[in-house]
Amino acid sequence: MSASFEKGYNALKEQVDASVASFFSSCVHCGMCSEACLFFTETGAPERTPINKTEPLRRVWRQEYTLLGRLGKIFGFGKKVTDDMLAEWETLIYDSCTLCGRCSMVCPVGNDITDMIRKTREGMAASGHAPPGLIGATKRAVTIGSPMGVKLPALQAQIAHVENDTGMTIPVDVEGADYMLLLSSMEIMNFPEFIEAVAKIFKHAGVSWTISSDAFEATNSGIQIGSSDIAAELVQRIVDAAAKLKVKNVISPECGHAYMAIRWEGPNLIGKSYDFKVVHILELLDDLRKKDRLRVKGRLKDRLTYHDPCQISRRGGVIDEPRNLIGMFADNFVEMPDPGKMNWCCGAGGGVSSNERADEIRLRVFQRKKDQLDAIHVDGMISACSNCRIHLEDGLEEYHMELPVLSLTETLAENLDES
Amino acid sequence: MTETELLTWARGPGFQIASIIFALGIMLRLGEILMLGRKANLAEAKGSAMSSGLRTVFSRTVPDAATFKRSAFTVTAGYIFHIGLFVVIFLFAPHILFFKDLLHVSWPALPSPVIDATSVITIITLVIVLVHRLRDPVKRFLSNYDDYLGWFVTILPLITGYIAFHRVGMTAPSLIAIHLLSVQLLMVVFPFTKLMHAFTIFLARWYNGAISGYRGVQS
Repeated sequence: MSASFEKGYNALKEQVDASVASFFSSCVHCGMCSEACLFFTETGAPERTPINKTEPLRRVWRQEYTLLGRLGKIFGFGKKVTDDMLAEWETLIYDSCTLCGRCSMVCPVGNDITDMIRKTREGMAASGHAPPGLIGATKRAVTIGSPMGVKLPALQAQIAHVENDTGMTIPVDVEGADYMLLLSSMEIMNFPEFIEAVAKIFKHAGVSWTISSDAFEATNSGIQIGSSDIAAELVQRIVDAAAKLKVKNVISPECGHAYMAIRWEGPNLIGKSYDFKVVHILELLDDLRKKDRLRVKGRLKDRLTYHDPCQISRRGGVIDEPRNLIGMFADNFVEMPDPGKMNWCCGAGGGVSSNERADEIRLRVFQRKKDQLDAIHVDGMISACSNCRIHLEDGLEEYHMELPVLSLTETLAENLDES
Repeated sequence: MTETELLTWARGPGFQIASIIFALGIMLRLGEILMLGRKANLAEAKGSAMSSGLRTVFSRTVPDAATFKRSAFTVTAGYIFHIGLFVVIFLFAPHILFFKDLLHVSWPALPSPVIDATSVITIITLVIVLVHRLRDPVKRFLSNYDDYLGWFVTILPLITGYIAFHRVGMTAPSLIAIHLLSVQLLMVVFPFTKLMHAFTIFLARWYNGAISGYRGVQS
């Protein structure tokens, strides 16, 4: 991708719609969004206030889409967006924001600040002001098919391991299956137990499923870096694979932004509705629970909590399902303070984990999660996003906390009654 | 110009000019926003955008408990001066007469001493809000001329109204003329500053609720 300031400016112009204009027109600079953002609460840096991260987009809106702003532009008044300005904002927009969506929930005038930051990233990426780590991940996603560079042979090797270990067959490229499972690179490389867990649950419940060898990658660096063109290309690969295998449903795995990409942004990125349904793995599992197709053995006595991945709960709408599922096997489930749609981000979503430059700050802001956990004293933390999981483990280690981080799908699989 | 002439001008042409700028300005600003449009969402809905949008228009008025705790001053001061402004503008008998002349509808007034006390509370709150804006690191960082201009044109009619009510310093026609002119300054500036949020807040909250509600989350 060739980047230039002009491309960035035009990309910002394209992002302004009626919602963005009403958001900017409504901001009263009350600063309440700062208190909703862990990058502010844990650092106290005023420039990290969420609404400030949208400043490049605000200046473009004002100069291009308001009468006074246009007059100002003609007569040389008003603050302009410059390449230097974009460079200055880069770390605020990428290193100090996980697109977690908490600011959008507290803004008293109703600004969806997260959406505004997501849109601002379009201009940042097009002008070349994105973090090198995220640019690298995005390039790998386009050329190799995975941000971590995971190729089909790597997946095949993991599948072979699972098949050898369990004696189960992992269906690949099965035409006409009901469900096509997507996986995140992190699941393939760091948590292959997830594949085993899904296979076990689907066998137990009699679900017809497959993995596509053409498009197995669920993650989408395009939406993290803010490049709609790339994001659309990555979504289209999945759409094509689903059409080739004639599947009725596509499953988004335990990955937050993958769900945002394929479920909510996908059809809008490619400009048309899907011929298949997208379900999050937790939605499908909860549906199986409702239909009485899941039986568990005994119940866990451990005190467990659930970390809501932002893109799955607050930004994705999958909030009750994990709690219903945990209720199947846990006797001592306890919520963190601010649970569900108001949960605090782990600190590494929205591309922060692909951006090595942000390593220090993501661990610093983990203090927020630590405070949440310190308030409830649990034996284990369940989540449903492998990116959250890696970072939660990192953060716990950094803060010398001993606490197992569990995948919900894997924990459910372990507790299935197979008799 | 005599004070009577000034009052006549403020009541007549002055008010007409300010009203036209106010009305056209608001239409222009709302038009600028709405004409941008918004693409239809092609993802399959999990909830209702419309009902969630409408709910958020109202629900965002009250923060959740944890948010209130973190921003107690901002929320409390915000409530006080917004309610104070509403009471003083719309429930003061002479103002109601003015609206009756203009709109041919009327409603009950609050007793003048209540309005008087509300004005004082609102003025004091606005002063405290300004001091807080100048002292709080986040608010100070975010603030620009718009915030201070918006503050100034809002407190000015309250102060001139208070002085006019108590007949301090000048004769009644002059005091009322000054009060009217300060209101007209507010009206002229209103559409082009952040005061416009009084109208666009409904759009913003609706969009927020609709975006979230479509995905099955009540924001």
